[in-house]
Amino acid sequence: MGRLILRRLLATVPVLLLVTAGVFTLIHLTPGDPIDVMMSESADATVKENLRRELGMDQPIYIQYAAWMGRLLHGDLGHSIRNREPVIENVGKRIRPSLQLAGLAMAISLIIATPIGILSAARRNTSVDRVGTSFALFGICMPNFLLALLLIFFFGVKLRWLPISGYTDPLEEPWLGLRSLVLPAITLGLALAAVVTRTLRSSMLEALSEDYVRTARAKGLSEWRVIRHHVLKNALIPVVTVLGLQLGTLIGGAVITEYVFALPGVGRLVVDAVFARDYPLVQGVVLLIAVGFILSNLLVDLLYGWIDPRIRYR
Amino acid sequence: MAGSIRGSDIAEPAPAIARAVTAPPMRERRWVVLRHAARTRLAPLGVVVMLAALVVAVLAPIVSPHDPLKQNLGNVLAKPGRAHLLGTDNVGRDVLSRVVWGTRVSLVAGLGSVAIAVVAGGLLGLLAGYAGGQADGLVMRLMDAVLSFPPLVLALALGAVLGAGLTGVVIALGVVYTPTFARLMRGQVLTITAREYVEAARALGAPGWRIAWHHVLPNAMAPLVIQASLSVAFAILAEASLSFLGLGIQPPGASWGSMINAGRGYLQQAPWIVFGPGAALFITVVGLNFVGDAVRDALDPRLRT
Repeated sequence: MGRLILRRLLATVPVLLLVTAGVFTLIHLTPGDPIDVMMSESADATVKENLRRELGMDQPIYIQYAAWMGRLLHGDLGHSIRNREPVIENVGKRIRPSLQLAGLAMAISLIIATPIGILSAARRNTSVDRVGTSFALFGICMPNFLLALLLIFFFGVKLRWLPISGYTDPLEEPWLGLRSLVLPAITLGLALAAVVTRTLRSSMLEALSEDYVRTARAKGLSEWRVIRHHVLKNALIPVVTVLGLQLGTLIGGAVITEYVFALPGVGRLVVDAVFARDYPLVQGVVLLIAVGFILSNLLVDLLYGWIDPRIRYR
Repeated sequence: MAGSIRGSDIAEPAPAIARAVTAPPMRERRWVVLRHAARTRLAPLGVVVMLAALVVAVLAPIVSPHDPLKQNLGNVLAKPGRAHLLGTDNVGRDVLSRVVWGTRVSLVAGLGSVAIAVVAGGLLGLLAGYAGGQADGLVMRLMDAVLSFPPLVLALALGAVLGAGLTGVVIALGVVYTPTFARLMRGQVLTITAREYVEAARALGAPGWRIAWHHVLPNAMAPLVIQASLSVAFAILAEASLSFLGLGIQPPGASWGSMINAGRGYLQQAPWIVFGPGAALFITVVGLNFVGDAVRDALDPRLRT
């Protein structure tokens, strides 16, 4: 297991380097002068020059990159142009709602997807299966901003059961906090639930056709015991992979969901930074998200090795 | 005991035989036919949706009942009715006409970005798989780096620096989808270059580019076509998401995502502003998914679920 961790960690180094290069280049892809874009043409020339110097943009590009990397290695991701605060502090303030939303969405997706996926596979080609696969298709094709608006329309506007926007920290006010996160978490969780349902159904169907299932049935075990003890354990491995792969979708979805429900999370921070043309903040947040994404994928890889011992010895 | 019979190798076909004996053959046959029809009827439905979207996009100036940009402040938030089938928006523009013109934007974005990804990813994958060595390492690490970004976040960041507008969004989504095609193509090339006919071409003295172009590329295209047909629907969704956030086509131009965003402030008084483009988007994506699944089943029956 130690060798697996080391091998995977080493493999992420070149990718991380390329990611930093990509994020650094981002600001230089701007058509025209990025300083003009960030500050509007009418801004004072001295102010513009100061910003150019502050961002090191008066230097050759390789020196800019080296300096930027040097600062990165010291944990300095730069400062927001708008509020002058370090990127890390900007993200630090916003991370809690995002993590709460992602956690709740993942929980909701598993609560929905597990029974549907199992029933769909166990009752293949019946009306139960058709309902399950239709649900998965609906979840995959439904844009989450549209789903968010439908939920707001029915549960917020028509029925007035839940708040339609805003955020209360569940750690401070548990009831109000949970109420403020329910609709965003369903919005985010449903698409994930659809993907998990599809994966669980097909991996269960595959496991159901294995010899060990036939043996278990031959022993006279009830169908439920066969599914619980023999099929489900093996069918869950691809689900873990999919959950890992879907982290990107979850983060992307969080951008939209936080925007629609006015949640003060990291996703909302990216959108605000993009529209304020606060490129140092965009760079910093995108880099942090990418690193978080790489590390969580690494974690999923290792988890995979832990769940399925065969992988450790490959 | 029942379990043991069902589980044994010899007894596997038993339930089918039992059904055949107990159920009337005609009824059984009808069920089989119906079941097959249920499974295959979705593909023609998808094709109809896709063709309808294409026709509407191409003939938008003819089929659009009103000017999509013409405001009528005396008739704002009008309910769906005979004059305006999907109602009017907050400045009195006809929602149906804007949905019709939005079809063009969605299809251009979906097809354009996937075309960029197929060409760029295909060529990069061909280079990586065929050249091998350092070129392979460099290209694939580059693709890994692109895949390290959550797709929407990358598209958002690229769209932001490329500037709001359809071109920026198409390029951004093209970049986001490129690694998928590069990986697919590389895998195909590695398999195909090990085949006998490539070795034969090599033995006959054919130059590398000729082998790559005439022997490897045509044989490696099937998985790319499958992936492309599945990706178009997701690219349309992604364009709508970016437009919803304000990065796509700019006002007063019509795109489904931006229309939904503009309508969310009027959800209580005029939900049709959101539901019109929302339904168009959902139906198109579902239809394209059916087509994508059918293409996959036709070209690679092993992947059938």
